[in-house]
Amino acid sequence: MTTPQDDARMKQLAAELRCLVCQNQSIADSNAPLAIDLRTQLAEQVKAGKTNTEIKQYMAERYGDFVLYNPPMTAGNLALWVGPFMLLAVGLMAAAVVIRRRKRVEDASPPEATRQALEARYRNESKVSE
Amino acid sequence: MRRLRVWLPLLVLGLLTIMFVRGLQLDPRKLPSVRVGQTAPAFSLPLLDDPNSRFSPESMRGRVWVLNVFASWCAACVTEHPRLLRWAAERKVDIIGLAYKDAPEDAQRWLIDHGGSPYKAVPLDRDGRVAIDYGVYGVPETFVIDASGTIRHRHVGPVDDRFFENHVAPLIKP
Repeated sequence: MTTPQDDARMKQLAAELRCLVCQNQSIADSNAPLAIDLRTQLAEQVKAGKTNTEIKQYMAERYGDFVLYNPPMTAGNLALWVGPFMLLAVGLMAAAVVIRRRKRVEDASPPEATRQALEARYRNESKVSE
Repeated sequence: MRRLRVWLPLLVLGLLTIMFVRGLQLDPRKLPSVRVGQTAPAFSLPLLDDPNSRFSPESMRGRVWVLNVFASWCAACVTEHPRLLRWAAERKVDIIGLAYKDAPEDAQRWLIDHGGSPYKAVPLDRDGRVAIDYGVYGVPETFVIDASGTIRHRHVGPVDDRFFENHVAPLIKP
């Protein structure tokens, strides 16, 4: 007989492991024969008192970190963990540069009085040329 | 600076194109095996033609051998079977057939119906536990194991001549 705690632990673990046959399902959701076999393994190991870490390690030793829906950070997948933040940083830097440059253009624009005078002169000149 | 403004987006586009084209060519169902480079997991299973004897990878120490996971219910296994028969006969390689989740009668009949057995031994993995130890997630799957007992290559799906020439032949050459 399984205790309710074991049962809950098994369900939680099964939801964290990927089914290798139908890759977008966890082994809790899948009815592929392999998923059923892996659930059996899971139940046995939970019953035998193995810790969650030990069970996940058992799966990863056979099928790779790919089976873990929450894989550990390794040198190989570092780019996936850090990449989005790097892209965000690059985007923020680009935005900062653009904003600062725009501000500089605004600062460099002539004061209001001069601007009106310039506009008036421009209008007169275009009239003359007509 | 102006030149950078023209070339940078093009460069980024080019890099993305290379990544996407590569992504399209990859098969997400083909998973790399973590077992490659490790010692073939030990097991001891009864044989198909003699349930009183057992096969264990330990007995293959000192020889290069191929572990082919097959089943009578596996459609793709039919495709590779003639090649296995040919390699066993012409290339003198030891092929062990792991009968995966199969009834002995079914495996026996399937081998007779498909031109005989290319296998030196057929251990029966009725509940698929040994296959799980090898990280098998579908049949057929084929492992190449060297004389020291280390897994050198794993192939998912039917094997072909390229598999043999690239991964088995180099090991059996003197």
